[in-house]
Amino acid sequence: MAKGRVSIVVERCKACGFCVEFCPTHVLALSSAFNSKGYHPPHVVHPEKCSGCDLCGMYCPDFAIYGTKSAEMKPTDAAKEAKAVGGEK
Amino acid sequence: MLNVIDDTVNPVEPFLRTDRMPHIWCPGCGIGTTVNSFARALIDSKIDLQTLALVSGIGCTGRVAGYVKLDSFHTTHGRAIPFATGLKLANPKLNVVVYSGDGDLSAIGGNHLIHAARRNIDLKVICVNNLIYAMTGGQTAPTTPGHATTSTNPYGTFEPAFNLPHLVEAAGAVYVARWTTFHVRQLSRSISEAFQKKGFSFIEVISPCPTLYQRRNKMGDGLDTMKYYKEKSKVKNGAPTSEVGLTLNGEIVVGKFVDRDRPDYQSMMRAQYVESLGDRYIEEPEMECVCG
Repeated sequence: MAKGRVSIVVERCKACGFCVEFCPTHVLALSSAFNSKGYHPPHVVHPEKCSGCDLCGMYCPDFAIYGTKSAEMKPTDAAKEAKAVGGEK
Repeated sequence: MLNVIDDTVNPVEPFLRTDRMPHIWCPGCGIGTTVNSFARALIDSKIDLQTLALVSGIGCTGRVAGYVKLDSFHTTHGRAIPFATGLKLANPKLNVVVYSGDGDLSAIGGNHLIHAARRNIDLKVICVNNLIYAMTGGQTAPTTPGHATTSTNPYGTFEPAFNLPHLVEAAGAVYVARWTTFHVRQLSRSISEAFQKKGFSFIEVISPCPTLYQRRNKMGDGLDTMKYYKEKSKVKNGAPTSEVGLTLNGEIVVGKFVDRDRPDYQSMMRAQYVESLGDRYIEEPEMECVCG
């Protein structure tokens, strides 16, 4: 089970790629989908690797992504929500 | 919030005026990253936001005052430090942060910077240095390193650049550090440390300007610059500031350079008046803020 999960505010993203490059466990990749401004937001490719360190949140200049630790969550919720968040667009 | 299907909140969100998002900063610009580190420093240092005031001047970084949900003021060009000085003198209990760019602080407001450091006014100055006048179209700034191409020096800059940590140390700052936008956690820790210091603290953050500086100098985009920071920056805590000047494509020395103690402006003022006036010196009663 993943130790954390990442949430993405797709419409704020400007596709600078900082989160994709500096994620220590390589959870993210830029998707081929567009947001309404025409940028390619990141999407989660390895949700199980996320440690919830929130380094993506510290790097994101557009406040569009952040990681949270899932310790306080119930395992079933964590699995369900990681899927919901990771699967946008 | 848009498109997030969960109940979590971005830890930076409470510090932002979300109605003004998305912001005007270019893709790959590092100013937003510095705001992240600043917000984390506010969380970590558990500072009372009612005692915090943020002052910005003009420029890309000057926009920070408009995007943070704190008591903030967007002043005229170069006058962020004088405005902050006034705030601090009128209400010494305030934690006053000056958040501005290199052009605003060291060029247009250069005189205010050195004199605030000399008087050791209790301000925390965060200077986002993108090595150029970004908002006005990429003209040569006092911080532009030699040989860099800018819109006013299309054949290369030939002016010697300011070495800001050296300048403020010589002028008298008590805390001087430099980080890049790659060093997010170190920057956040530095800002927290500056909140513990009494006196003039100066933190320089080297930030990419992909639209003007990096593009004209063929240095790639914001991500390439972050990789360059990762590769070429060297942490040297306590390094002599005379040796930390920046060069085009060269090594970037980062770290905490100065951490010393000197009496600040208000304690020097009090000591002087007590010495010369004795009992006749009556301190002003503290200001009561009636917030409602």
